[in-house]
Amino acid sequence: MAHAETLDAHDAHRGGDAAATHHASANLAHHFDNLEQQREAGSLGMWLFLVTEIMFFGGLFTGYIIYRAQHPQAFAIASSTLNWKLGAVNTVVLIVSSLTMALAVYFAQMGSRRMQIIFLVATMLLGATFLVVKGFEYADKFEHHHFPGLNFQWNEAVPAGVSTHHIQMFYWIYFAMTGLHALHMIIGIGAMLFLIFYAYRGRYTPEYHAPVELTGLYWHFVDIVWIFLFPLLYLLGAHLTHGGGGH
Amino acid sequence: MSEHIVSKKLYFIIFGALMVLTGLTVWVANLDLGRLNTPVALAIAVTKAILVVLYFMHVRYSSRLTWVVVAGGFLWLMIMVGLTMSDYLTRGFLTYPR
Repeated sequence: MAHAETLDAHDAHRGGDAAATHHASANLAHHFDNLEQQREAGSLGMWLFLVTEIMFFGGLFTGYIIYRAQHPQAFAIASSTLNWKLGAVNTVVLIVSSLTMALAVYFAQMGSRRMQIIFLVATMLLGATFLVVKGFEYADKFEHHHFPGLNFQWNEAVPAGVSTHHIQMFYWIYFAMTGLHALHMIIGIGAMLFLIFYAYRGRYTPEYHAPVELTGLYWHFVDIVWIFLFPLLYLLGAHLTHGGGGH
Repeated sequence: MSEHIVSKKLYFIIFGALMVLTGLTVWVANLDLGRLNTPVALAIAVTKAILVVLYFMHVRYSSRLTWVVVAGGFLWLMIMVGLTMSDYLTRGFLTYPR
C-alpha cells in the first residue's frame, strides 16, 4: 500500500529534518513540528473564522431583537404568513445533513474512502434539498408581494397601532438573514464538491483529513444558525394562526 | 494520533436528541405561553446549539485553547446584544422632551 509508505516518510521527518521529501510535504507543512500541532492550528484557525461569523450573523440577530422588541405585534403577524411546515422540513433536512457530515468526518478518520464519499454526497444533496425548499418559499413570497421594496403589498387588515411598514421590516430581516444563510449553504455545497473530488482521488487519510474536518465545522455552524432562525422567524407567530390574530 | 474519534453511536444519539428538540420547539410554539414563548424557544435552540458544538463539532474533545476561543465568541455576542439592548430597552425609563 502506497499509504503505509506515506506514514513511514512522516515518522522519519518528525525529528525536524527540514529537507522534506515529496511524501512528507504532501501532508505536513514545513512550519509545523508534527501533524498533531498542524491539526490543532488548523482547527483553531477555523474556529477563529467561525467566531467572526458568529459576530456577522450576531449583528443581524441584534437587529432582529431590536425591531421585534419595538414592534412585537407587527412581527408576529408577518411571521404567521411564513410556512412553518416547510421551515420544519428544512430544519430536519439540515440536522440530517449535519449527521451525514459528522459521519463523513468519521469515515475520513477511519480511512474508508467509499463511505466518506457516500456521506459527502449525501450531505451535498441534503444541502441542495434545503435550497430547493427555500426557493419555493421565496417564490411564494414574491408572488404575494411580500418581498420588501417598491412592490411590497400588504392586503390584509391590521390591528390598530400596527403599521405595514413594520410588517415590511420583518420581511427585510427575513430575507437578509435567510438569504445570507442560503449563501453560506451554497458556499458549503461548493466545498463539498471540492472534498468529493479529492476524496475520490484518495487524498484524505486517517492521518491527514483536515479539509474534511474543517468543512464539517463550517457546515455544523451553518446548521446552528438555522437552529436559531427557525423558531425566531417561523414559529414566532405560530400560536396566532390558532388564536385568530393573524388571519 | 491523539485525535479523539467520536463513535457512530454517539453521533446517532445526538442526532436523535436534536430531532426530539425540533419536535418539542414546534409543539411549544403552537401553545400560547404569553411572555414565556420566546424564552422557551430560545432555551431549546441554545440546547440544540450546545449539542452540535460539543459533539458534532468535537469541542468537548478539543484543547483548552479551542474552548476559550469558542466561549469567547459567544461572550462577545452576549456583550453586543446585552449592551445594545441596555440602551434600547431603557429609553422609556426617563421622560425627556423629544
